[in-house]
Amino acid sequence: MDNAAPLEFHFNVDGKDFTSAGEASVEVKKILRRIGLDSEAIRRVSIAMYEAEINMVIHAGGGEADVSVSPDKITLVMTDHGPGIADIELAMREGYSTAPDNIRSLGFGAGMGLPNIKRYTDELKIESEVGKGTKITMSVNI
Amino acid sequence: MTVNSVCERLDLEVLNLADGEREILGVYAGDLLSWVMGHANESDVLVTIMSNINTLAVASLLDLSCVILAESSEPDPGFVETAQSKEINVFRSKLTTYEICVELSRMLEE
Ligand SMILES: Nc1ncnc2c1ncn2[C@@H]1O[C@H](COP(=O)(O)OP(=O)(O)OP(=O)(O)O)[C@@H](O)[C@H]1O
Ligand SMILES: [Mg+2]
Repeated sequence: MDNAAPLEFHFNVDGKDFTSAGEASVEVKKILRRIGLDSEAIRRVSIAMYEAEINMVIHAGGGEADVSVSPDKITLVMTDHGPGIADIELAMREGYSTAPDNIRSLGFGAGMGLPNIKRYTDELKIESEVGKGTKITMSVNI
Repeated sequence: MTVNSVCERLDLEVLNLADGEREILGVYAGDLLSWVMGHANESDVLVTIMSNINTLAVASLLDLSCVILAESSEPDPGFVETAQSKEINVFRSKLTTYEICVELSRMLEE
């Protein structure tokens, strides 16, 4: 892929269906496999994208995902127009969650999603404004 | 050990068998999906009572060797169909998560 323009993919993430959430991440994983990327990099991208995708669905009513694959890294940009995050530092803490009971009964709400993203990415930037939405930019080096 | 050998030894109910010859390398037990996501490894068995479709997304993203639903956990509508289309091995057992893990541990040591 040297010197080639980055490969780019765009996904709309439906915010209404909790049960099938994660489809975009599964799709991206397939694409990265086909490209023949290193399996550890695929694993890290899968985990980070899944957690951000689920967060968009359960906390923000859905959003959009942009994935870009360049020779040295994979960049994920997840944008939503949900309620935003008032205190990002607090949200990043292990165990912190505002997930309601009906969501918890599906296995979410451990407050481990953002910590997982932090752990499995090389770069993470969270921009959020209350009442406007959230943009999470992450990258995994290849 | 393979998925087939575990299925036989634990007398598991088959909900979907995609690849019985798949090799199992380890075990992870848990019901909170982001813990599973952060800690389970490729080719692990996942033992859980969480039987909704989100469990299958995690299994597929992590390339788990199979999912065992413990304590006769009743799968949500569409669960088995999704496991079929994603080609994920899924079984069910009357045993508790603990009992299943004890037996898996014995098998891994043999
Ligand atoms: N896109 C988002 N929009 C609004 N709030 C968010 C968003 N993402 C995360 N949050 C807030 O940050 C908190 C922590 O997120 P995190 O992913 O770590 O945990 P969780 O989603 O609550 O549970 P888990 O990911 O373990 O299932 C959430 O409970 C929520 O309050
Ligand atoms: Mg989360």
